[in-house]
Amino acid sequence: MPHPFRDVAIAGVFNTEQARTLEGRDSQSLAVDGALGALADAGLRIEDVDGVAGQFAADMVLGARMGPCSRKLSAHGIPTVLEAASMIAFGECEVVVIGAGGAAMYTERSATAPWTRPANELVVGFGLFTAAEFALMARRHMLQYGTTAEQLALAAATIRNNGHVNPEAVYYGRGPFTAADILESRMVADPFHLLECSMTSEGGCGLVLTTAERALDLASKPVWILGGAGDTYGPAYVIPPVWDLRGRDGDIPAGYVGRRAARTCFALAGLSPADVDVAEFYDPFSFEIIRQIEAYGFCGEGEGGPFVEAGHIGPGGQLPVTTDGGTMSYSHAGLNAQMLQRVIRGVQQVRGTCTTSQVPGAEVAMCTNGGSGALFTDVLLLGGERP
Amino acid sequence: MTALSPQPVGIPTGAHSAAAEPYWEGCRQGELRYQRCAECREVNMKPARSCGSCGGSTLVWERSEGRGRLYSWTVVWRPQHPTFQVPYAPAIIELDEGFWLMSAIVGCDHQDLRAEMPVVVEFHPASDETVLPYFRPA
Repeated sequence: MPHPFRDVAIAGVFNTEQARTLEGRDSQSLAVDGALGALADAGLRIEDVDGVAGQFAADMVLGARMGPCSRKLSAHGIPTVLEAASMIAFGECEVVVIGAGGAAMYTERSATAPWTRPANELVVGFGLFTAAEFALMARRHMLQYGTTAEQLALAAATIRNNGHVNPEAVYYGRGPFTAADILESRMVADPFHLLECSMTSEGGCGLVLTTAERALDLASKPVWILGGAGDTYGPAYVIPPVWDLRGRDGDIPAGYVGRRAARTCFALAGLSPADVDVAEFYDPFSFEIIRQIEAYGFCGEGEGGPFVEAGHIGPGGQLPVTTDGGTMSYSHAGLNAQMLQRVIRGVQQVRGTCTTSQVPGAEVAMCTNGGSGALFTDVLLLGGERP
Repeated sequence: MTALSPQPVGIPTGAHSAAAEPYWEGCRQGELRYQRCAECREVNMKPARSCGSCGGSTLVWERSEGRGRLYSWTVVWRPQHPTFQVPYAPAIIELDEGFWLMSAIVGCDHQDLRAEMPVVVEFHPASDETVLPYFRPA
């Protein structure tokens, strides 16, 4: 059977300016800018678009007078990319554009950002927010495997240093950081210090997917979807984030959410973790890097901390991670954009066009979204070779 | 030394769902309630209308003894909303009846929290309608 995405390619990617705040902008207009930028990057015209995907799909159609076109409305990064890919694989569309953006949402600065504060009756009264939810997972791992605060801090320092050298990152030039610097920042939700948490910013981005036939005629090197899948254990920020929560038949605890999805991706791609050249891991909190290294099989359970200590996730390591600075340093606009930006960076790595932290000869990129504290993880494998 | 205390009345508490109203009524009466399936006897993790284990539609509210162990916790120093007083310690409690509950620890210093420490429930009002179940060292 041919690969389901053999005839689908990612042909364009784009990030708008990213900043702590973008005066006068809103989320929808940034999504339009992201979509149009991705079309330009692909060398395609608005008239070519017959499909739109993402949270603001309908706004984008109106905002750029596209269409009429097909649309999918997923609000999450990797699922949006897979929706767009399926629109092409099913023959529904030939050119699908994705746009996302976030701005003008975080205005009450005495509280944490609105998207970090769950309103559910079972958790809100206990002052939960994303950092605290994810800390409850990290604590169990530290208790069970002896993972240390220094190992967590080193993961954060590595990613923030990738942002430090990236002129497009919101926190460009803010480093370099050592693990000790990270541990000296103020505590937010133990074990997470401020510099172990994602930051907040504003910005937009976009991607364009098209048929293999059209992509092979365009100027840029097509990037291919080798596998995609996602796992969830239930509603985020409603039930407690219990490391040992399991599904009906599951031997995988919720702490390793994404393991099943990664296995599905590797099986579809005919690859193994050893084939991954670069890991564009979602990095909401430092611990999530350690957890993911273990969950996807890059090392054994409990070995993620020592893996980081050995220098494997830094530039030149065996598994360079989150090479633009991620949500800690590159950008975190709060809705869908920062999730799609993992995929965009993976595309840039496989194209070989990153201006900083390019992994030489990167052929396979693993991109992820979500995290244990939210009880979901989505995984995407990208490659330079048509599946 | 910083003692952990219940939050003052006036913190955000969220809208009560109809499915969870018996739970909140229990809290107002000083008892911790949970749902058990009358058919398969499994405990339901979140107030619901049908059993997540067998699909049965008869979920019975039972009274927990309110005793369990500290499964995981964090100590928060940057409050999610300015009405919360720091530090506070959100925690997952593993109840003796076999279910996990989100709560917060009170009645001890934040440095004294230990994995698996025995805890017992106590109730404190958070608003006119909402009484929250906190846990303290047993």
